[in-house]
Amino acid sequence: MLQIRNLSVRAGETSILTSISIEFEKNKTYAIMGPNGSGKSTLVQTVLGNPAYELKRGSVLFLGKTKLNKLTPDKRAHKGIGVTFQAPIALQGISVFQLLRLALPKMDALTLYERIEEVALELGIKKELLQRPLNDGASGGERKKLEVLQMALLDPSVIFFDEIDTGVDVDSLKMIFTFLKKFQKGRTYVFVTHYSRIFEYIQPNKVIVMKHGSIAKTGSAQLVHEIEQDGYESL
Amino acid sequence: MKQKKIDFDYKYGFAVKNKNVYVAEKGLDEYKIREISSLKNEPKWMLEKRLKAYSYFLQKPMPTWGADLSKIDFDQITYFIRSTEKQVQNWEDLPVEIRETYDRIGVPEAEKKFLAGVSAQYESEVVYERVQETLEKQGVIFCDMDTAVKKYPHIVREYFGTLIPASDNKFAALNTSVWSGGSFVYVPKGVKTTLPLQAYFRMNAQAFGQFERTLIIADEDSYVHYIEGCTAPIYTTDSLHAAVVEIFVKQGARVRYTTVQNWSKNVYNLVTKRAKAEKNAVMEWVDCNLGSQITMKYPAVYLTGEGARGEVLSIALAGNGQVQDAGAKMIHFAPKTTSRVVSKSISKEGGRTSYRGLVQVMPGAVDSSVYVSCDALLLDENSRSDTYPTMRIKNNQTNIQHEATVEKIGEEKLLYLMSRGLSKADAETAFVNGFIEPIVKEIPLEYSIELNRLIRLEMEGSVG
Repeated sequence: MLQIRNLSVRAGETSILTSISIEFEKNKTYAIMGPNGSGKSTLVQTVLGNPAYELKRGSVLFLGKTKLNKLTPDKRAHKGIGVTFQAPIALQGISVFQLLRLALPKMDALTLYERIEEVALELGIKKELLQRPLNDGASGGERKKLEVLQMALLDPSVIFFDEIDTGVDVDSLKMIFTFLKKFQKGRTYVFVTHYSRIFEYIQPNKVIVMKHGSIAKTGSAQLVHEIEQDGYESL
Repeated sequence: MKQKKIDFDYKYGFAVKNKNVYVAEKGLDEYKIREISSLKNEPKWMLEKRLKAYSYFLQKPMPTWGADLSKIDFDQITYFIRSTEKQVQNWEDLPVEIRETYDRIGVPEAEKKFLAGVSAQYESEVVYERVQETLEKQGVIFCDMDTAVKKYPHIVREYFGTLIPASDNKFAALNTSVWSGGSFVYVPKGVKTTLPLQAYFRMNAQAFGQFERTLIIADEDSYVHYIEGCTAPIYTTDSLHAAVVEIFVKQGARVRYTTVQNWSKNVYNLVTKRAKAEKNAVMEWVDCNLGSQITMKYPAVYLTGEGARGEVLSIALAGNGQVQDAGAKMIHFAPKTTSRVVSKSISKEGGRTSYRGLVQVMPGAVDSSVYVSCDALLLDENSRSDTYPTMRIKNNQTNIQHEATVEKIGEEKLLYLMSRGLSKADAETAFVNGFIEPIVKEIPLEYSIELNRLIRLEMEGSVG
C-alpha cells in the first residue's frame, strides 16, 4: 500500500530522521511507538508532505509505483493518504461541513450532510459542533473525534493517527475505536503514540519502535507489552 | 495564452468595440463643462452648479493624508462620452455592442430574477433603464440623474449637493462639475420596497473617468435597499472613478446601500458617500471593495435625529500593488444615536489595506453608543495592514467600544486544509470567505456568490 524507503529528513539544519524504511500493507494495523522527540510525528508530517520538512534522501511510494516525494499535501490526500493531527487547530469561519464540502465537491450537499450527522452520532459528537467553526470551543476529545469524522468522510486508504488518544477520556476513546474497527475494511491504519493504552482497543499487526530518528526495533503486538513493562530504555 | 491570462486575471477583462457618438477631448476646462451641460440640455441652475464646482476643483489641493494620488493626470482623462443618442426603454432597442457587454455581465439574467429595476450605466450615460411596474405603482421614482434633473427639478434642486457640497473635497468638486449618470431614487412616505433596486455600471473606454452621481431620498417611515455592482474592463492607462452618493433618510425610514465593486487594477476609485439619518432613521452602508489600484472611500452617516442609527460594514481586498484605504465616518449630532462600524480587510502579495475611521460625538449627543471593530487578515509576510481610528467624543455619557485584530493565515492552517485535499488557492479562499462571512451574509445571495467567485479568482492569481 505505502512504502517508506531509506528516508532521511531534516528541518532547517537539524537532521530528524535517518534511513527509515517501512512497508505498510493493505488492511493491516501498525503501531509506531517511541519516546517524545524520537521523530514519530516528523515521519507522519513527511508522509503528509509538510513543506517544513526537507527530504534529504529516500522516497515515499504509494501502491508500489507512485512517488509522493514532490507532491503537495492536497495531491497526496487525493491519492489516499489521510492524517489525523496531534493537536488539531481551530479554524475561524469554517465549519466541518464547509470544509468537507470543499474537500468533496462531487458529493451532493445533502448526502454529505446526512453522512456527517450519521458519523457524528456514532462518535458521540454533539450536533452544535458541526455548525460551529471547526474545533471552535471544542475540547481535546471532541477535536480528535472531529478528526476521525473527517477521515470517515474523506475515505483515505492509509490513515496515520498521530496521538489519537491524547486528551481523550476513556468513554470517548472506546467510541472512537468501536467506530474505527468497523470502518477499517481493507484500510491501512498507522497509530503513532508513545503510550500503549490504545492497543487495549485495537490489535496492531506490527509494531515499529523509533528512537533518535531511527527505527530501533520492530516486532509483533507482543512488543507493546514489553514496552509497557520495561519502557523504551531497554530497547 | 493571452486570452487565458485575461480570463484568470480579470473575469470581466474584455472590451467590446464601441461606437461612441460623442467623445469629449481629454482634459478639462470651463468650455468643456459648458459643452457637457449643453449636450445634456440641462437647465441653467445645473450649469451654474457645475461651474461653481469647477472653481472649487481648481482651488482645492490634492489630498495628501492618504494614499499616493500624485500619478493622477487630470489632463489625460476623458470627462464625457455619450454612447448612444437617446435613452432607450427596451432591451432590443440597445445597440448590439452594448447588449453584448451587458449579456456578459448578466444584466438580463438579473432582470429575469424579478429584480425591482435595472438602471445600467454604459460609459458615462445611462442608456438602459427600466423601472418595473410594482415600483411605479408604489410611487417610487427610480431613474438616472440626468432624467431626474429634467423631470423632477424641484426635488433635485432641494437636495443635490446639500449633504456633500462641491467644496467638500477635490473629488467631490470634480464630480459636481462633470457628473454624468448615476441614479436618482425617491421613496414616498411609508412605502417599503420589497425588492432591491439595482444599478449595474461599467466603464468601457481607456483613460475615461466615470463620475456618476447618485441621490436617494427615503421619505418618512419608508424602506429601500439599493445595490450597486461595478465591474470594469482592463485598461492600459490610468482611469479615474470619482463618484458622489448622497442619501437622505427621513424620520423612521431605513436605507441600505450595498456595493460590490471590482474595478480593474488600474482604476483610481475615489468616492464620497454620505447619508443623513433623521429621528429614529436607520442608514446602513454595506461596502465590498475588490480590485482598483487605489481606493479611498469612507462612507459617512450624519446622525442628526434622536435615536438614529448608522452602520458601515465593509470588506476590502488588496493584492499586489493595490491600496485599499477604506473606512467610515460617523458623526453623532443628536442624543441616543447609535453607530456601528465593522471593517474587514484582506491583504495579499504585498497589498496594502488600511482602516481610516472618524467617529465624532457632539456635546449634545448624550446617551449615544459607538462600536468600531476592524479586523485585518494578512495572507503573507509582504502584505500590510494599518489602522487609523480617530474618536472625538465631546460628552461623557457615551458608550464606546473599539476592537481591532490582525490575523495571519499561516502555514499551519494552510497545511491542515491541504491535508484534507484542498488546493492552496481553495484553502486560502476558504479562510478569506470564513473571515468575511459576517458581512457577506448581509448581502443578497447572488452578490455573495459573485463575491466568493471573485475572491476565488484573486486567490488563484496569488498561487500562480
